Amino acid sequence: MRNALPVLSVVAAILVIWYLAAFWMNAAWVRDQAARADRHTGFAELVTETMTQDRPVVAAPHQVVMALWKGVFGHKITSKRSFVYHGWVTLEATLWGFALGIVIGVGLAVIIVHSRAVDMSVMPWAVISQTVPIVALAPMIVVLSNAVGIEGRLVPKAIISAYLSFFPVLVSMVSGLRAPHPMQLDLLKTYGASRTQVFWKLRLPSSLPYFFASLKVAIAASLIGAIVGELPTGAIDGLGARMLIGSQFGQPLIMWAALFAATILAGALILVVGVIQRAADRRMGVTR
Amino acid sequence: MTLVVLAIVIWLAAWYANVRLARSGAPAARYVVPIIFGLTLLVMWELIVRGLAVSPVILPTPTAIAARFAASLGTLWVDFVQTVLKGALSGYAMGCGAAVLAAIVIDRSPFLTRGLLPVGNFVAALPIVGVAPIMVMWFGFDWQSKAAVVVAMVFFPMLVNTVAGLKASDAMQRDLMRTYAASYGQTLLKLRLPAAMPFIFNGLKIATTLALIGAIVAEFFGSPTMGMGFRISTSVGQLAIDMVWAEIVVAALAGSAFYGGVTAIEKAVTFWHPSQRRRI
Repeated sequence: MRNALPVLSVVAAILVIWYLAAFWMNAAWVRDQAARADRHTGFAELVTETMTQDRPVVAAPHQVVMALWKGVFGHKITSKRSFVYHGWVTLEATLWGFALGIVIGVGLAVIIVHSRAVDMSVMPWAVISQTVPIVALAPMIVVLSNAVGIEGRLVPKAIISAYLSFFPVLVSMVSGLRAPHPMQLDLLKTYGASRTQVFWKLRLPSSLPYFFASLKVAIAASLIGAIVGELPTGAIDGLGARMLIGSQFGQPLIMWAALFAATILAGALILVVGVIQRAADRRMGVTR
Repeated sequence: MTLVVLAIVIWLAAWYANVRLARSGAPAARYVVPIIFGLTLLVMWELIVRGLAVSPVILPTPTAIAARFAASLGTLWVDFVQTVLKGALSGYAMGCGAAVLAAIVIDRSPFLTRGLLPVGNFVAALPIVGVAPIMVMWFGFDWQSKAAVVVAMVFFPMLVNTVAGLKASDAMQRDLMRTYAASYGQTLLKLRLPAAMPFIFNGLKIATTLALIGAIVAEFFGSPTMGMGFRISTSVGQLAIDMVWAEIVVAALAGSAFYGGVTAIEKAVTFWHPSQRRRI
């Protein structure tokens, strides 16, 4: 709460700058229109007209909020114009990709910790895989999954999400599973514990804080993956597709609103994961 | 079918070799094992695609991709210059430079730091690629809009990392600088910026991938008739899948080289940091 005042003033400053930018960037068009219609625009008219354009260069904050409001509450949630519908399409792919990313990340980490050969073969390629810009691969993933006989866009988007989100989980889990102190490992050895027992009773519990810490990064990455996955693949549903359509059909307000819908979705997901992380940390005794 | 069986046999043989190499603990194994693994994957891809007679419209063989790559070097180079050098690199330099300067300014005011850090952390996690259509609308189709998207994408991760880095020097070290009567500028240049370098390079490394993603994504929203994103989307439409894969190879090489380059500079600059010292 100590940070509330500074954060609020920064947000307020951003809003002020945004309004000024909207006025500044949209004014040229208004003046141009006024000159053509051969009428004079006073300052007051200039302000109202820059704030209410249908196709603004910079949409003013209240316009974005109104477009969002209309998109969320103005249509039935099953309608193709509703952001709830498009948000759900993106969220579904995000969550599937997130789940898939966790399974792949944890699975690989478990194998890597137990086999030196896998560690040395796979780990460098996992790092390289993240330096490859995923957007280049996205159309190929769609083509391949169509060829295998998967209909729809959900699976390719989820694969793209998983490609981005498995890496943070993998890296954290590898360090988490290696976190137990040699002393603790030695103790279990003196108890005559098998490798499975060491895994379940020592390695896995001590890796959980690392796991939950990585989830926040992973969920943000999988939402980016889902949105990026909608761009080059000719999708028509989803927030990313909505942005593309808004940009191609000259409806900037839809574009802005879709961007902020994605932002709100990201914020909500990060908050939820943060709550889960804190609850888990408290139960594990990491923080009190 | 024989080719598929051959692929499986090669896989098992290479895996056996890798297990032996990994156990031997030879110093060269660190490089040889991943190379063998990668080559095996390529050979299996080639053999399985040939063995199952997969259509080249779905998945071309690595040799076909290599042939296409060699045949269209000129086009690929033009795309590389347009997307990577003009779009990604210029945006990367501007975004990271602006973020470091902004961090130094913010760092002087505790109020701003407390206000901007939570906001910056939050914004760094958002899908900023979404600003691509807006930037294309503002700056037109050429590389300027790509660079603007890249700036927007790398700015906040870089800012957050730099601000964290500027706090990395500990109180004792700062007190020492005070006893030397060092000015703010001297403390910044001689103590705090060097101490921040590991954090700054962490941000720079994260930003390399973001920069390439931003530059390519922005091309899907409009571009001149060149660039990697443009070539990928048009080649998919023409079913020239081998061309798409050739672009993916370029993207992968550029991304890895970019990341590797930053890592190499990091090694030279932060040689003193524990994570960079040679492991014995």
